[in-house]
Amino acid sequence: MEAEDDATGQMIEDEEIYVNGGEDGDESKRHRPIISSEQLDIEAYAALYSGRTKISRLMFIAEKCGNASMQLDALRMAYDEIKKGENTQLFREVVVKIDGRLGPNYGPDGAWADAVDRRAEFRKEKLENELNAYRTNLIKESIRMGYNDFGDFYFAHGQLGDAFKNFVRTRDYCTTSKHIVHMCMNAILVSIEMGQFTHVTSYVSKAEQSQDALDPITIEKLRCAAGLALLEGKKYKLAARKFLETGPELGNNYTEVIAPQDVATYGGLCALASFDRAELKSKVIDSINFRNFLELVPEIRELINDFYTSHYASCLEYLGNLKANLLLDIHLHDHVETLYEQIRNKALIQYTHPFVSVDLHMMANAFNTSIASLEKELEALITNNQIQARIDSHNKILYARHADQRNATFQRVLQTGSEFDREVRAMLLRANLIKHEFNLKASRKH
Amino acid sequence: MLLEDPMRGVAPMLTALQKLQYSSEQLTTLHPDFLLLCLLAKCYKTGLSILEDDIFEVDQPRDFLLYCYYGGMICIGQKKFSKALELLHSVVTAPMSVLNAIAIEAYKKYILVSLIHLGQFSSSFPKYTSSVAQRNLKNFSQPYLELVNSYCTGKISELEAFVQANNEKFESDKNLGLVKQVVSSMYKRNIQRLTQTYLTLSLEDIANTVQLNSAKEAEMHVLQMIQDGEIYATINQKDGMVRFLEDPEQYKTCEMIELIDSSIQRIMMLSRKLTDMDEQLSCDPLYLGKAGRERQRFDFDDFDTVPSKFTV
Repeated sequence: MEAEDDATGQMIEDEEIYVNGGEDGDESKRHRPIISSEQLDIEAYAALYSGRTKISRLMFIAEKCGNASMQLDALRMAYDEIKKGENTQLFREVVVKIDGRLGPNYGPDGAWADAVDRRAEFRKEKLENELNAYRTNLIKESIRMGYNDFGDFYFAHGQLGDAFKNFVRTRDYCTTSKHIVHMCMNAILVSIEMGQFTHVTSYVSKAEQSQDALDPITIEKLRCAAGLALLEGKKYKLAARKFLETGPELGNNYTEVIAPQDVATYGGLCALASFDRAELKSKVIDSINFRNFLELVPEIRELINDFYTSHYASCLEYLGNLKANLLLDIHLHDHVETLYEQIRNKALIQYTHPFVSVDLHMMANAFNTSIASLEKELEALITNNQIQARIDSHNKILYARHADQRNATFQRVLQTGSEFDREVRAMLLRANLIKHEFNLKASRKH
Repeated sequence: MLLEDPMRGVAPMLTALQKLQYSSEQLTTLHPDFLLLCLLAKCYKTGLSILEDDIFEVDQPRDFLLYCYYGGMICIGQKKFSKALELLHSVVTAPMSVLNAIAIEAYKKYILVSLIHLGQFSSSFPKYTSSVAQRNLKNFSQPYLELVNSYCTGKISELEAFVQANNEKFESDKNLGLVKQVVSSMYKRNIQRLTQTYLTLSLEDIANTVQLNSAKEAEMHVLQMIQDGEIYATINQKDGMVRFLEDPEQYKTCEMIELIDSSIQRIMMLSRKLTDMDEQLSCDPLYLGKAGRERQRFDFDDFDTVPSKFTV
């Protein structure tokens, strides 16, 4: 298949690549490896998402990417998307950022903004009146619907805090577990947009408690949300496990939050950084579930295979190529450095593990770095006790070193003995002092 | 001392001391004065011989504090840093109800000696330190705690800059000599760390890592450390390489067995002392009175030899 061939070679051409499998036949969407080493195709990237997250991601890309044409593209698309919605606050922000660079069509459209604001006022009043009517009538279902509508309204207008409050208020009026799940999903969506991932975790666990009302798609959505929360909390191992458990039923159903490509990327990278070899093989490489996701991002798949088969140079090369695009991802960008460092350290440790002595020249070739920098990295790992070895700097060889148990035991024994000696003597002295002080006090009393 | 000639007073004091104490484990009022004389006369060795005896009985807390403080200073002079650390630790953690100047000065020296000997300093007090000390000692030794911080960064230049900046403070406490020793101990610490990661290393690299000026200086430092027994290494002058060796101690020699044996004897003696003290305390009427009052009422077929009410 074209995709695999190109993936194993050098991905420099700017062509569109077709990937088989993974989606329903009637979708005419093209599944390109969007997260790839080529420069991010913003249109295709944005097409993966919908709703507010699309706008946030586009604005994030515009902020973080270096080159102006990409920035303008992103801002233009953000502008179009915002105009379809009702968020005047974001609209004003985007206009300021565009700064007239895209021509008169993309200028501050005061008329539109005012119209939207007026409509919003009307709708808000209407909703309030309805809600008050329902409240006086005390019909639970209608009150719940009223609060839900309010929540949606605030969400569409970008007032996330109020939206969250209203969604949470529906809790008291939920009668079936379906209602609870619905409330949880809304709360999770708003919390992710606000970046408050502690709420995400609590609402995910709340939703998972009502097992009967959950259809498979919702289960997958909850897993993704939980995985995202763990990623933000830097718990990479647990996040990887959550992402890997996500089944292919997710499909394109959660585009308001996350795309299947993202599940593959986040899951793959976190797993690589935190799993040991056995777990990596069983949960990632051999997993049929996750294979579907990995097909969407063949570079990540190649990268994981290379790591497992010890082709570290090509693995690290893929990582390097992907870095630029990963830094533009709204959830992953502050974790990229940490994850990369962990993956690199694991590669170094894994390389030296089976050997008694390692020639640093060959190792530097395998990792495609210079000997001096390799030596520095190894020194750091040895000092942190992650590699048990010593470096022969003259001949540039790394020797594995196994602790001499007998000597170590003797040393510890002698040390413990002298510590005990010291402590007990000090204790006896102190006891003596206290006794004398006490005697003094007692003698003064009488 | 009145005659401004401390040297003449040392020998008589020593005899007086030995006649006055009824056991070698007792601290008399003369002890701190004797140590002060030794310090002033700079004959540390005599002072050291007195310090060798362990002290278990103390009459006056003030004597004890002074004794430990002067003792600590003598040990520092003789470079016996572990004993100095012990003595200064006793001063800092001694039970006291009021803060006194001896403890403050001792704490400052304690920080410095800890840095020289152990390479680190933990600013948390052990549980048995008096609350007075815990609350107040840190306030008086701020520059020293900051010295600890810059020591822990591992950068010589920072440390030296800091010492320069606070020169007068250290000088007024008469601790400047110690502080200089701290700085030189930093080099040693860094070189020791290198022995953990490298098998052989060129003198150039050592000089660079430890931030010395040239390979020659690095060679001097390493040589000094080998002579002092702080590291085990061989220098190959032809290639300018240093080969770090493992500790050659195999723990198989007669001396080692004797050492272990004597430690065992000591510890047995100490634990005997502990049990003695415990017995003494259990018979002490004040303790019994307090413990007796707090006892629960047991079943009456539990034969308690101590009645629940006990009047002295």
